[in-house]
Amino acid sequence: MIRALRVWIVVLPVLVGAAACGGGGTTESGAPAAPQVITADGSSTVAPVTEAVAEEFQRANPGTRVTVGTSGTGGGFQKFCRDETDISDASRPITPGEVEACAKTGVTYIEIPVAYDGLAVVVNPKNTWAASMTVAELKTLWEPAAQGKVTRWNQIRSGWPDREIHLFGAGVDSGTFDYFTEAIVGKSKASRGDYTSSEDDNVIVQGVGGDENALGYFGFAYYEQNHDKLKLVAVDDGDDANGAGPVAPSPDTVKNGTYRPLSRPIFIYAKVKALERPEVKSFIDFYLNQGIPLVREVGYIPLTDQEYMMVRNRFSARTTGSMFEGVDSHSQLTLEQRLTR
Amino acid sequence: MTRRRVRRIVEFVIERVLFLSATGSILITAGIILVLLFETAAFLSEVPIAEFLFGTVWTPLFFDKHFGVLPLVTGTLLASGIAMLVALPAGLMTAIYLSEYAPSSVRRTVKPVLELLAGVPTVVYGYFALLFVTPLLQSVLPGLAGFNALSPGIVMGIMILPLVSSLSEDALRSVPNGLREGAYALGATRMEAALRVVLPAAFSGVSAACVLAVSRAIGETMIVAIAAGQQPRLTLDPRVPVETMTAYIVQVSLGDTPGGTIEYRTIFAVGMLLFISTFVLNLFSNWLRERFREEYA
Amino acid sequence: MTRAVAGTVGTIGTTRARYARDWLFTSFGLLSTLLGLVALGALLYDVVSDGAGRLSWQFMTSYTSRRAADAGIYAALVGSLFVIALTAAIAVPLGVAAAVHLEEYGGRGRLSRLIEINIANLAGVPSIIYGLLGLGLFVRAMGMGQSVLAGSSTLALLVLPVVILSTREALRAVPNSLREGSYALGATKWQTIWNQVLPAAFPGILTGLILSLSRAIGETAPLVTIGALTYVPFAPDSIWSPFTVLPIQVFAWVSRPQASFAENAAAGILVLIGLLLVMNATAIALRDRLQRHTR
Repeated sequence: MIRALRVWIVVLPVLVGAAACGGGGTTESGAPAAPQVITADGSSTVAPVTEAVAEEFQRANPGTRVTVGTSGTGGGFQKFCRDETDISDASRPITPGEVEACAKTGVTYIEIPVAYDGLAVVVNPKNTWAASMTVAELKTLWEPAAQGKVTRWNQIRSGWPDREIHLFGAGVDSGTFDYFTEAIVGKSKASRGDYTSSEDDNVIVQGVGGDENALGYFGFAYYEQNHDKLKLVAVDDGDDANGAGPVAPSPDTVKNGTYRPLSRPIFIYAKVKALERPEVKSFIDFYLNQGIPLVREVGYIPLTDQEYMMVRNRFSARTTGSMFEGVDSHSQLTLEQRLTR
Repeated sequence: MTRRRVRRIVEFVIERVLFLSATGSILITAGIILVLLFETAAFLSEVPIAEFLFGTVWTPLFFDKHFGVLPLVTGTLLASGIAMLVALPAGLMTAIYLSEYAPSSVRRTVKPVLELLAGVPTVVYGYFALLFVTPLLQSVLPGLAGFNALSPGIVMGIMILPLVSSLSEDALRSVPNGLREGAYALGATRMEAALRVVLPAAFSGVSAACVLAVSRAIGETMIVAIAAGQQPRLTLDPRVPVETMTAYIVQVSLGDTPGGTIEYRTIFAVGMLLFISTFVLNLFSNWLRERFREEYA
Repeated sequence: MTRAVAGTVGTIGTTRARYARDWLFTSFGLLSTLLGLVALGALLYDVVSDGAGRLSWQFMTSYTSRRAADAGIYAALVGSLFVIALTAAIAVPLGVAAAVHLEEYGGRGRLSRLIEINIANLAGVPSIIYGLLGLGLFVRAMGMGQSVLAGSSTLALLVLPVVILSTREALRAVPNSLREGSYALGATKWQTIWNQVLPAAFPGILTGLILSLSRAIGETAPLVTIGALTYVPFAPDSIWSPFTVLPIQVFAWVSRPQASFAENAAAGILVLIGLLLVMNATAIALRDRLQRHTR
């Protein structure tokens, strides 16, 4: 028996090596031949939707494989424009810098809005004082100048308790981060740095849910999935034209535009070159048809039927480029208006 | 070509192959040092080393970048310090109990069971810290944040306890019985004999074990990544979220950082600091063992 | 010797007080020992009570899912087994070869001493540093990407020092009479090693290997660093494939705040511990069986 085993010690590595080099028809870069993995990466806000669609898609089409990473919207675009992923999940439109990066490497893409999201500001259920906040108060809390200085609740609004604030928020690669800072502080990516920042929104949920003094923000779906651990903060944008007083996010307020400025569309970006592979094309088709009920199930707000039809047309026509070039993502034009341009 | 000569050539080749395998281990160390050094050097070409080592704000991923590593270092020291407060006294006491007091049947059953503690994967300890220990502590210490340094610190201490007790016990048991018996003959109680005679005699092994334990705590990753939080802050308060050096590396690895950027290099700079600290501690531990070793005839 | 003992007793109080202190000390010692055992018990109780209910055939054969009730450990289990097999395939030849050299061929020279010190130090390096090495070397410089191969190579480096050390112990335990008998019959050095020493040391080598693989199978940090994903709803089918392993799947589930995912994490932990128990039991059984054969 030992003789045989000794032989195996030598033979096994050789076999493994041979299998490695020969198995699967590997190419120079090491990527195996069909059926290839459909790679999606990017926003952790969009990821729950893409994951849900991926799961149902793989169930309906055995043999297909989809991986979903959560490197953040920015991280996802970096990989996308390096031609490393097929689909980029994004919770904000592509920026001019990213457009340029993709142009440099020759990556063309189709911008596909898939749902609406409301950015929820949440506190711990035991927090009895912060039922609503104004945009101005949120700004004093989150702007870069607040770093190290604004650390207690009574500094935001007098009358609030003299307790430490523990802040939780999106990581810097996150589209949620870009969007929140732009809408609240006024400049994208301008934020204080002394908070628990994570690309993984689950960490934020855990953090706020476990700490009485905590405040955090993330996509509405994460609130919906964990509403027993969290409490929503209504946001007052000071503009009576779209909803007087503080407005809390909900499917209705996001859809009818009264939850401002923290409502936004979320997207996936599909690489045109990847669409030559039948599995990728059928995945996107699946997303835009069977995926719609999943949007609601996961906790986001579906677009209107009219908007979905226009998005499908945009996809079939392979219209490349972004509808948001040079424009703020939360500006006044609705998606429907943009899609018709 | 005679069979003899073939055999000799084969032997020669095999000998060389074996030699290369052995020196390959040096390549690993060289590889670690080179990879860390390369990226750290690139990092330090953009960030002055004084700012890195002594700065108190760590926001390398944000727009307004600061590269002071002290918040991560204090996070690591805080969690490790708490772990040592648990592991060292308890581990040492366990070692003394097992070596000086316990009957050998007890020792034979308890020792392997304690070894089991050391074999549990660290992610399991992380689960335990976040979902069992933290809520438990929160019921005793209201106001304890969900992420804090206390819970993972305690759990790390439990994980390291077998290391301390096992190595210390070996050191204690290697002290010849003559010393103990001499103490008893002079009327010492077991405690007095243990503390004043056996322990000092076993100093080299015990101190080496303690230093090794510190090194292990500093290098621990998953328990703190799961339960300590991701907020770099310069504090010694164990009740608030902090971030350790190891947890920072995990945090960045979970996101995306393209090679060649300053953010990518920060994980190697932090890794370098970590490597140097544990390496120095391990060397120190070895030195303690050699330097104070008592040779009993 | 006298020095150590003479400083002992002296005037430290009445006999009663001293015996009282001794009794107190004994109690502390007992409590400390119990602390470790109680902690282990609490850990196991917590994991079993959270996770045992979740263990089922469905759990073992499903892929991960957004719905906690549907999520399963299959992809992670296959990934773990695949990665460990490949790790062993890489580490065993390298480790055994290095140990054979050091033990049978190596001189007492400076180079051998340096290699020995080096290996001892490598065994104490935190596992995340190996992850950084894997990231810089295998994933980036050698272009393996976030594949099974990169993960296994990294883990192989991690376990190599332990494999070398335990193989050396096993080789050392082989009595010299065996070697000398072989030489006396005219065998060359390598023939002796291959035909006599290695088979005799095999049980020890195997035990050391399985113990180090047990450690590797529970490692999370190095694989996270090289980029093993946390959402992989398929089993890897080649060494270039993306993958996930049991501890990373547990980590991903622990990070989700819903209580139902915590149950999944606990069940995943039970599977991991089960796998460890199987591996260790196999090691012990194999060792006993082989030891009987070589008698």
